[in-house]
Amino acid sequence: MGKIKGAIVVDTDRCKGCGLCVVACLQDVIVMADKKVNVHGYPYVEPGSNADRCIGCSACGIVCPDGCITVYRKRMED
Amino acid sequence: MNQNNIISPENLVYAKPELMNDTPMHYCAGCSHGVVHKLVAEVVSDMGLEEKTVGVCPVGCAVFAYRYLDVDWQEAAHGRAPAVATAIKRVWPDRLVFTYQGDGDLACIGTAETIHALNRGENITIIFINNAIYGMTGGQMAPTTLLGQKTSTCPYGRDPELHGYPLKMTEIAAQLDGTCYVTRQSVDTVASVRAAKKAIRKAFESSMAGKGSSLVEIVSTCSSGWKLTPVKANEWLREHMLAYYPKGDLKDTTDL
Amino acid sequence: MEKQEVTLMKGNEAIAYAAIRCGVDGFFGYPITPQTEIIETLAQLKPWETTGMVVVQAESEVASVNMVYGAAGAGKRVFTTSSSPGVALMQEGISYMAGAEIPGVIVNVQRGGPGLGTIQPSQSDYFQATRGGGNGDYNVIVLAPSSVQEMADFMDLAFTLAFKYRNPAMILSDGVIGQMMEKVVLPPYKPRRTEEEVKRECPWATTGRSAGRQPNIITSLELKSEVMEQRNLALQSKYRQIEEAEVRFDTQQLDDAEYMIVAFGSAARIAEKGMTSARKRGMKVGLFRPITLWPFPKKQIAELAQGKKGILVVEINAGQMVQDVRLAINGRLPVEHFGRLGGIVPDPEEIVAALETKLIKE
Repeated sequence: MGKIKGAIVVDTDRCKGCGLCVVACLQDVIVMADKKVNVHGYPYVEPGSNADRCIGCSACGIVCPDGCITVYRKRMED
Repeated sequence: MNQNNIISPENLVYAKPELMNDTPMHYCAGCSHGVVHKLVAEVVSDMGLEEKTVGVCPVGCAVFAYRYLDVDWQEAAHGRAPAVATAIKRVWPDRLVFTYQGDGDLACIGTAETIHALNRGENITIIFINNAIYGMTGGQMAPTTLLGQKTSTCPYGRDPELHGYPLKMTEIAAQLDGTCYVTRQSVDTVASVRAAKKAIRKAFESSMAGKGSSLVEIVSTCSSGWKLTPVKANEWLREHMLAYYPKGDLKDTTDL
Repeated sequence: MEKQEVTLMKGNEAIAYAAIRCGVDGFFGYPITPQTEIIETLAQLKPWETTGMVVVQAESEVASVNMVYGAAGAGKRVFTTSSSPGVALMQEGISYMAGAEIPGVIVNVQRGGPGLGTIQPSQSDYFQATRGGGNGDYNVIVLAPSSVQEMADFMDLAFTLAFKYRNPAMILSDGVIGQMMEKVVLPPYKPRRTEEEVKRECPWATTGRSAGRQPNIITSLELKSEVMEQRNLALQSKYRQIEEAEVRFDTQQLDDAEYMIVAFGSAARIAEKGMTSARKRGMKVGLFRPITLWPFPKKQIAELAQGKKGILVVEINAGQMVQDVRLAINGRLPVEHFGRLGGIVPDPEEIVAALETKLIKE
């Protein structure tokens, strides 16, 4: 049986670091970037050390108010 | 498996809606406006109405909504969006015409325009962002501010003897014969965002089918005005806002 | 010669008939005396079944004018009508239309004020009409009809000017012209514009973003001061262009006149009688009637006043247009004012008496 794997890309320049995606992600994939700010001076999120746990469920993208997260999903062959 | 092998156009499942352009939105971090903007953009595209849509934005935080969604827009005077939308729809009856208004705009200064547009059964959709505060001017009391809620103009909490009661405009709208679809939603969780999108879709379809007026209230957060983090604001919304403004369809005669 | 269709009707009715005939797309209004016959006539005529013109009775004048903002912003020829206190409520929308450059038409059938005032005729909204009326630096094109015929004729003219300059235009009438019955030749039927014609004439309008074009945004808002200043300067330059090109006026018996009466609208009708009466008594009096109150015919008044001994400005108000005449004359001649207030319409003989006491005796 194939396994679902996902990946996200965060538009870090657009992100305002509200953290709603961090709460929405059930796989703990997303973290606040440590002590970093973007070009607008906002803290931002990025995939953390659990990035490979992403299942591409899109929860992060759906709750993101600024449309910063693009989500990909692929069925992997065993 | 390397993440980069997954990040490829054929595997794309979610992205910023096409109608939302790259202009950075001026909203505060975590503001519900952005989520609702995305939903409007998605539904317009899903329905294939990009060339037939005219939005009317309010005075309030969403005054610049026209900068972010690439459809035609008119910026209305404070509270007058339903009158503006009424006229656009009357002279272009095959267009999708919607207003996007906050609680101060819709439930205070524009109460008359809102009620009468809905009561005439104008084939428009009113999207009503209720965050119980005036966001744009910096956190003053709104008609929908909860009892006890502190704002800069009721710093000791809203007191009914001084300030009256929170206004339930959506309940009023449901009583009007001109409305076909009146619902209250929120966008604080993934499930609620999905439900809110369905509601906006039903409202837009009703407008296009000429079934009457639709009102979609979105109970929203204002983390800056509420002086909470975006995550805490969502919790406060669930605990306090939804207790006074319960979610669900208040009226649906659309048969859709 | 083609036989002309002459009818007898009120000025208010003429507005309604003319609107339908000149291809207007919509009317949005609220009842108020002395102009209610306009919406009543439209309701009676049911143009939505013939030309497709929309007629909406709004919840207030505030809503009416914002409906005009919406539909005109979407490229359609639409108008509203009201009387003085109602037009005061419309000033917000008129200012927004000026700021967003929207070609709406407003008809004001004036009554006396201030406040609720009276339902009787007056011309005391001259300032409100010509000085902007709402907030900000702007001008509205103002046409002053003095007959039922002009009520009918100015409908199409107001729309033509409004769309030519993307600016609100106002027909400033009053209870006399609105209520009196006269012979009128209605304008010929002109079809409403098609969708393609609207899009061609108004590429800026919110008709829905066609593929390949940028979104059209109707707004008066701009927070960047340097951009807002440029927008204001562009408006001012448009106003100067209108002042240059669109002044309209009428004169009578000015050639040999020693004294000039300046009057607009219904006051000009009465002043004409006063002039005739004065001439019978040997007073050489002529009449200058501004048809556009903005742009005001200041150059023309100054030119035609040369060699005269004095000017009497007759208005049904306490002295409003007289200020513009004085600015035009700039102290070169005595400029006096005569008016009645409270809804009282002056008698031609009162005007003759005013000429004698205020100017000729001196």
